Amino acid sequence: MSMLADAPLKSAVPTDQELIDFVVREARLIDQQRFDEWLDMYADDAFYWMPLEWNQTDPRLTCSLMYEDKLLLSIRVERLKGARTFSQKPKSRCHHVLQTPQVDSRNTAANSYVTWTAMHYVETRLEEQTLYAAWATHHMSVEDGRLKINLKRVDVINCDAAFGNIQLFM
Amino acid sequence: MTRYAGNVAAIRALVRDQEVHRDVYVSEEVFQLEMEHVFPNSWVYVGHDSQVPNAGDYFGTTIGTQPVLLVRHTDGKVHVLHNRCPHKGTRITSETCGNTGKFFRCPYHAWSFKTDGSLLAIPLKKGYENTGFEQSHAATGMAPVRHVRNYRGFLFAKINDGGLDFEDFFGESLSSFDNMIDRSPVGQLKVAGGVLRYMHNCNWKMLVENQTDTCHPMVAHESSAGTVVEVWKKAPPGTKKPMAVEIIAPFMSSYEFFENMGIRIWDNGHGHTGVHHSIHSDYSAVPGYFEKMKAAYGEERAKAILDENRHNTVYFPNIMIKGPIQLLRHFKPIAANKTLVESWTFQLVDAPDMLLERTLMYNRLINAPTSIVGHDDLEMYERAQEGLHSNGNEWVNLQRLYSPDEAEQTNVAVNGTSEWPMRHQFRAWSKFMTMGM
Ligand code: FES
Ligand SMILES: [Fe+2]
Repeated sequence: MSMLADAPLKSAVPTDQELIDFVVREARLIDQQRFDEWLDMYADDAFYWMPLEWNQTDPRLTCSLMYEDKLLLSIRVERLKGARTFSQKPKSRCHHVLQTPQVDSRNTAANSYVTWTAMHYVETRLEEQTLYAAWATHHMSVEDGRLKINLKRVDVINCDAAFGNIQLFM
Repeated sequence: MTRYAGNVAAIRALVRDQEVHRDVYVSEEVFQLEMEHVFPNSWVYVGHDSQVPNAGDYFGTTIGTQPVLLVRHTDGKVHVLHNRCPHKGTRITSETCGNTGKFFRCPYHAWSFKTDGSLLAIPLKKGYENTGFEQSHAATGMAPVRHVRNYRGFLFAKINDGGLDFEDFFGESLSSFDNMIDRSPVGQLKVAGGVLRYMHNCNWKMLVENQTDTCHPMVAHESSAGTVVEVWKKAPPGTKKPMAVEIIAPFMSSYEFFENMGIRIWDNGHGHTGVHHSIHSDYSAVPGYFEKMKAAYGEERAKAILDENRHNTVYFPNIMIKGPIQLLRHFKPIAANKTLVESWTFQLVDAPDMLLERTLMYNRLINAPTSIVGHDDLEMYERAQEGLHSNGNEWVNLQRLYSPDEAEQTNVAVNGTSEWPMRHQFRAWSKFMTMGM
């Protein structure tokens, strides 16, 4: 697989292919449980958002499944390494299948790029394997010649269903 | 195989002074009997006024495993009806909530019912002439749950005619609802922010017991709250403590903290943790809120309301409320080994939005299927549900700080790490399970 997005961008403005590679690489890092590298893809003021409501617009006064800043995300990553993280004994594993990300908007002047990616996400632990269908929207910008995620929004198709534990990242 | 149906002695024998038999968690027969006795004999929470504000508004829920719906009738009264068509049993509403207008219409053969449940019309009515239809059960319409009580906006229903009346069932425990509601400057709550739903492969009572289990947070939540504390230690000095850290870190409080915080025991299985202080005591002030409370209640009373920091108030059989954070958790039984947990949040009417923001943050950080704190707990319940099948020991121990004369006492505040509330819940369980059997 091309690790293009890992390298600095070829020019000041990312190409569509560079945006796509970056999104694909993000999913791959999660699947490979390279969470520290994964976290590095996020800007310091980034948010990871999983709405609870179909077409949710407000993460503040409407509940979400997740609405986490980098501090909370790094706590999750640290927790996964913990010796007393009993819900991860044994560990969960996950698997992403992405459709080719679509570049929804490129605003070079505002340094803002948005992609939209349909995906199936499978999380498994012990005997259980659970399939989730979702759309990921990535809001990205260029920082010091590299792409960073400012907001990743994951809309699960059955966001309002009663789930069991969802332990990793979609 | 039936061992317990109609066998009062066998059911009572499941609950001893200091331990309970594993069948209360794993036996499908015991579960069925709970649905026939514990839930119908109790005042069960069915919803909040604000979910059905207008005539024709309805909301579907369950009492035990029985589907019921709340509906606001034209006269403003809320009725609780069995959500079942008197013709062939079809569930009447297709969505969980909505507005039905002036009447319900069954989607199968179009029998229709007024919003108080009474039969309004049947197509081809002539076909029932001279059949004695008027004497049938169906002619009475959708069966109402006869005992409904609205306590300051919180709706409770009791299916059986027997059992205790509302005041005797709840007694002084309603003070926790009072405190949660009084935190609004106008004394009013509104369901807000959406409901989190979380499926648990374990018995519903494990969740109820856990609400007063203060010996587990620093152990089970070391993974989540402990990591928060560790990561937060590395923040540069002088960094403002984020709301999320304020919410999660207190789960790592010491045994001493929980011992001293105290637990109060009321009649009928109700009780609350956090008599003196709680994990909610040290939240930072929300700008403008105290001023509003002071204007509404006067300084002294406003202080008294906000100084009350009850942690978890458990109402038998299956809800818990958190007054200081305006949250209600509903543990809905599905099978002996399956429970749906609904976490509802409330807005304090006429209070700053930041309070709702904190409530929602609490809910998603602690109670969501994606919450790391929730993962810690569910892992323990599911391990217990499996482990209880071991024949090595058929009894669950609830002995901590037992005192032989406790069964006669009520409205006492005891050591915050006592398992008295759990013993007390099982005494109530035994009582409502065998009531009228
Ligand atoms: S089942 Fe409802 S009208 Fe026939
Ligand atoms: Fe817990």
